Amino acid sequence: MNKGLFLRNVEISNGAQPLLTLSHDIAPGEVLTIMGPSGVGKSTLLAYITGTLSADFAASGRIVLDGHDITHAPAHKRHVGILFQDDLLFPHLSVGANLAFGLAPGGTREERRKKIAEALAEVDLAGFEDRDPATLSGGQKARVALMRMLLSEPCALLLDEPFSRLDTALRAQVRDLVFARAKARSLPVLMVTHDAEDARAAGGKVITLEVQS
Amino acid sequence: MIGQHVTVLRNKRDLGTLIHTRRPILPLLPALTLLFMLGPVVAGIWGTLLPAFGHLPAAGLTGPSLEPFRALFDWPGLPRAALLSVTTGIGATVVSLAVVTLLLAGWSGTRQFRVLERLLSPLLSVPHAAAAFGLAFLIAPSGWIARLLSPVMTGWDRPPDLLIVQDPLGLTMMVGLIIKEIPFLILISIAALGQAQAQNSVTIAQALGYGRVTGWLKTVFPRVYAQIRPPVYVVLAYSMSVVDVAVILGPNTPPTLSVQIVKWMSDPDLSMRLLAAAGAIMQLALVVGALAFWRLGEIAVAHFGRRWIASGARGKCDPIIAQVALFSGGASVLAVLFGLVVLAIWSVAGYWSFPDAFPDGFTSRNWTRHGPGAFAALGETGFIAVVVAISALVLTIGCLEAEYRHGLRVTQRAVWLLYLPLLVPQTAFLPGLQTLMLGIGAEVGRIPVMLAHLVFVLPYVFLSLSDPFRAWDTRTGTVAAALGASPDGVLWRVRLPMLLRPILTALAVGLAVSVGQYLPTLLIGGGRVATLTTEAIALASGGDRRAIGVYGLMQTGAALLPFAMALLVPTLVWRNRRGLRHE
Repeated sequence: MNKGLFLRNVEISNGAQPLLTLSHDIAPGEVLTIMGPSGVGKSTLLAYITGTLSADFAASGRIVLDGHDITHAPAHKRHVGILFQDDLLFPHLSVGANLAFGLAPGGTREERRKKIAEALAEVDLAGFEDRDPATLSGGQKARVALMRMLLSEPCALLLDEPFSRLDTALRAQVRDLVFARAKARSLPVLMVTHDAEDARAAGGKVITLEVQS
Repeated sequence: MIGQHVTVLRNKRDLGTLIHTRRPILPLLPALTLLFMLGPVVAGIWGTLLPAFGHLPAAGLTGPSLEPFRALFDWPGLPRAALLSVTTGIGATVVSLAVVTLLLAGWSGTRQFRVLERLLSPLLSVPHAAAAFGLAFLIAPSGWIARLLSPVMTGWDRPPDLLIVQDPLGLTMMVGLIIKEIPFLILISIAALGQAQAQNSVTIAQALGYGRVTGWLKTVFPRVYAQIRPPVYVVLAYSMSVVDVAVILGPNTPPTLSVQIVKWMSDPDLSMRLLAAAGAIMQLALVVGALAFWRLGEIAVAHFGRRWIASGARGKCDPIIAQVALFSGGASVLAVLFGLVVLAIWSVAGYWSFPDAFPDGFTSRNWTRHGPGAFAALGETGFIAVVVAISALVLTIGCLEAEYRHGLRVTQRAVWLLYLPLLVPQTAFLPGLQTLMLGIGAEVGRIPVMLAHLVFVLPYVFLSLSDPFRAWDTRTGTVAAALGASPDGVLWRVRLPMLLRPILTALAVGLAVSVGQYLPTLLIGGGRVATLTTEAIALASGGDRRAIGVYGLMQTGAALLPFAMALLVPTLVWRNRRGLRHE
């Protein structure tokens, strides 16, 4: 089985207006960075991969993840994790419940609790289970969002300008954490950004999209 | 969407997934909702048209004939009744729109305005009938104001012989409508203001030397009005054809056309229904005509408004206009609040002779006498309201969720469809609906009343919930789906809990609308469904102020309590969730 995230002849258009075309294979543990000005369709590409493309856009081409064609799979069966620039923690759930939401089903109550505790400890947030996410700092929220996503055991990771809301000091720290965790789990990563620093830190191939006319 | 489905179907292997994830009910909900909302309106108009042209098999009459219209035009009260509908309707709409516009122009964003804003939701939920009774108890010759001022300031020892309530020009009725329409128009204008970036425009206009009011009128008003047009039309159509307020505050000889239609409908002589139907068609024509007239007025105002803008006039009387607007707005708020206070006093009043400001003593006797009946009516009111409001909420959430999942787009025309049941006068289609039901032998009673309530409750619940539902960050849904939550899981586990507050508010709106319904309950219930509203209005002619006080208070409470719950419950449930608190 071919591990990795393969994008085959992906073409996205906004009505009659073509937005982007892309064909690329991302191997496990590798990061592909896509750069370009806003409006070029970077986030739209991610929506196509997560299965949440708006009806305003038309897309063709295949998305293959670890040998499975997920092009037409429903969003919740794709095993594609995503992080946005906002943490998007569920405000009605505690930190622990947010992680439990992500944690793949199965296991006894005790085992699940242990996994969540370990996940929190992994990002220096041990004992944060009962906290209200709204009371966390920006960096803490970003770390909870990362662990929530990883606990769902995704087969690939998408990053939609995930560090742009963090201040400079925090930014490098969270960025290193995300890439390190993704590498440790051998996840193929697709990141869209317009920050050259993010692209450099990712260390992988960089594709720059131009506005098509 | 269609494109996506075609690709899916082309790929045979995915066909299984498609069938597996298909939700057969959800895509049907928008159509079902429209049916519930518009079906009775269309059927009712049809059921009105037939007898209006002399076709009423139940009375042994077959048309078509113009006899009902001939009889209508022979009724000597017609010119006056029709004129009253037009003058009170247009008058109430013009005045409430003017007060609201100038109030927003002069005060939006200020401290005074925020005080007013906080009072809006409770004010809005006070049923029209309770507000009208309260007003009558305030300003009648023997009302509270006269009592407070007498005899020291007026010299009156007995109530003066003045016809204030039920005056022949319908002025008091107009005031009764205005005090209820002002909070409604302010609330929807505030929602429209949010999208208009009003503050920036006013700041720039003021920097150019314009007064606050003039600057607002010239820069913000055109944008706000474009958004609040449908509800303004609703206010006009409603004010022209209202029945409950007209029964309480409107003139008697003759009454407004709508009240007369209801009188004809309740006549034991079946042939009077033909007259009622002809009157209903006339009422519909009057409303359509008034809406057309209003549209012409809009064009004229736009024309002169453009000239006024081009003239560069900076506005000299702004402070005076702002003060007048604040006074009018404040007076209308106080009229509702003190109306409720005087209702409360009457409900516990012992002997209360004229110029005394307060009764001799307070007693629980009124409540022991009228309480049991009022509580029975409360049970009926509550049962109907809960079933209707929950049904409306479920349909609304289904529609909005279908729109989200299937990427449907809502056009301006669809928004007008929502307002349609509120634009067609109740007196134009409810009599027809009743006649139609009698014709097919359907039983009048509670379930038809619920269906009739749903027609009016659905639009308000939808309008209340649609903005917050659509404003929900859909990336939250993307994240939840990426974590493996199914579309239903996202809805139940993430979206609905996050939207608890607006959902409960929409439910409260639905309950309040249902509690306040008079005509659908009366006509479709065939007089056999007794709610607080029908019982309270039945008391209007008797003039027993203590009984009216009891029923009016209960009616207000039934409408107000859900709003209090909608505020309290999310605060308790989410007390440890700062991200969901405020608002």
